[in-house]
Amino acid sequence: MKQWVILSGKGGTGKTTVAAALAHLAADTCRLVLADVDVDAANLELVLAPTLETTHEFKSGELAVIDPARCIACGNCAEACRFEAIIPGEIAYHVDPLSCEGCAACTYRCPTGAIQMKLRDAGRWFTSQTRFGPLYHAHLFAGGENSGKLVTLVKQMARLRALDDEADLLLVDGPPGIGCPVIAALSGADLAIIVTEATAAGAHDLERILDTATHFRVPVGVLRNKTDRNPAQAEAIAAYCAARESPLRGRLPDDRTAIEAMSRAEPVTITDGPLSTALHHAWEALKKYLSSD
Amino acid sequence: MIIAVASGKGGTGKTTVAVSLALSLADLSPIYLDCDVEEPNAALFLHPELTERREAGQMIPAVDLSRCTACGHCAEVCRYHAIAVVGQQVLIFPELCHGCGSCTYNCPAQALHEVFEPLGTLERGRVLPWDRGLPAHSSSEEITFAQGTLNVGAAMATPIIRQLKQWVIAPEGTDLPVILDAPPGTACPVVETLHGADLALMVTEPTPFGLHDLRQAVEVARDQLGLPVAVIINRDGVGTADVDTYCTKEGLPIVLRIPLERAIAEGIAQGRTLVEIHPEYRARFRQLFEALP
Repeated sequence: MKQWVILSGKGGTGKTTVAAALAHLAADTCRLVLADVDVDAANLELVLAPTLETTHEFKSGELAVIDPARCIACGNCAEACRFEAIIPGEIAYHVDPLSCEGCAACTYRCPTGAIQMKLRDAGRWFTSQTRFGPLYHAHLFAGGENSGKLVTLVKQMARLRALDDEADLLLVDGPPGIGCPVIAALSGADLAIIVTEATAAGAHDLERILDTATHFRVPVGVLRNKTDRNPAQAEAIAAYCAARESPLRGRLPDDRTAIEAMSRAEPVTITDGPLSTALHHAWEALKKYLSSD
Repeated sequence: MIIAVASGKGGTGKTTVAVSLALSLADLSPIYLDCDVEEPNAALFLHPELTERREAGQMIPAVDLSRCTACGHCAEVCRYHAIAVVGQQVLIFPELCHGCGSCTYNCPAQALHEVFEPLGTLERGRVLPWDRGLPAHSSSEEITFAQGTLNVGAAMATPIIRQLKQWVIAPEGTDLPVILDAPPGTACPVVETLHGADLALMVTEPTPFGLHDLRQAVEVARDQLGLPVAVIINRDGVGTADVDTYCTKEGLPIVLRIPLERAIAEGIAQGRTLVEIHPEYRARFRQLFEALP
């Protein structure tokens, strides 16, 4: 079984469009499990219109809670806190839940034992069924911490399902950026499909996501999206990828039918526009990674 | 006034809006902070002269082996499993550490001290739009510019964002307009950016993805942080009217619409700003700024 993750560095380059298309194309030839680990902006479900099967709580991280009856407003907690999460008051201090990192440093300094750590209800994760295979996805509550942990959890659950089902491919739709949730999404992947765009910002961010994948020793395949917006930039990206031996696996043109298809909750590959054709070619190029070691 | 430009979904045009807003206010000497430290892109459009540079990071524990009794108390107090005591050895995992200082404080043998662990860099300088050939009304216009950059392979973006803001914005605040270019999503790096802002300017697109992620971003900014929210619709004309309906229902003012237009997409792909592509946007951004609540 292979595990592929779709990443981009820059947001909005087309990760989810590509994920839905590859899910559609892969489902014709192999057994597939899907995971959407962009847990604070999970969009794959909007394209695949899945049937929800199960919902699970995600409890993670802790929150300091000050008992106002025992607080003597000495200020030790605020002094200990490095995250500016403790708000002074005349009679009692209190904690800003959005700034609290759950480190408990305040509890060790409180002379009256007024501070307790409480487990946070941080989100939900779901299993669903799509036309192309089971989907594992999640929703991190607004402002949530620990997105990396939720990414890891969803991916592990999806992986167990893929092993149970004897699937050929676990396809993971990843988050933007290069930080904690991206690192969590990359771990264990056999291939990172990097969707970049032929823009000044896309080219700049490509370098950092390729460096991140290389740092964690995950092989990459690059898809250049929106190539007709700036053909010179598209060529510059190709030259850059060639120089660092990051293989190109597709060139995807701008295509309005993509947005229209997605708005109907359909992958763009069911249409016959230029983007659909290009994605069919990209799949032919990527398919060989399924059998190779 | 501190304005955070955020979005939920990536690639909706946060940087496009933020840089053009800054250029439109350049006679007021605004401050621009690129808080998307995983993929900072504003410098590609504003071409700042960066004159100061410093490391950003956090304090992590280091062990003095001559004092350590391997009692294991440090590992017990750490909420992040960033310290393990195995036999007589103390193992520290810097990538899990949040720098809260609890281990050092609680060590009964005073065997721990803190050392600086770099996570990224901060840079600051200025943008002189006139000299750079950017739209400007006079050569005296100037933007103070600063950005943070997360090191490749480092997970934690929030300390860099926090330190960037502390470095440039005085603790007592400022009378100058401040523009914060936020990262995508709704997790902790976004909360860190929005913290202390006076208003969130949400950039969205009229697609199911844009709407889904806008809802979550509004939940963080308005419902959790209590910030006023105004909306800019980018790529107006694609997709559906659902974003409009949502904004009306929630009482969120739509302060600007940027149409889906080939010339804009191509210009931005080449690294040009909206006010260069269509100079009339300077007056529109100015008007928008003056009408903000």
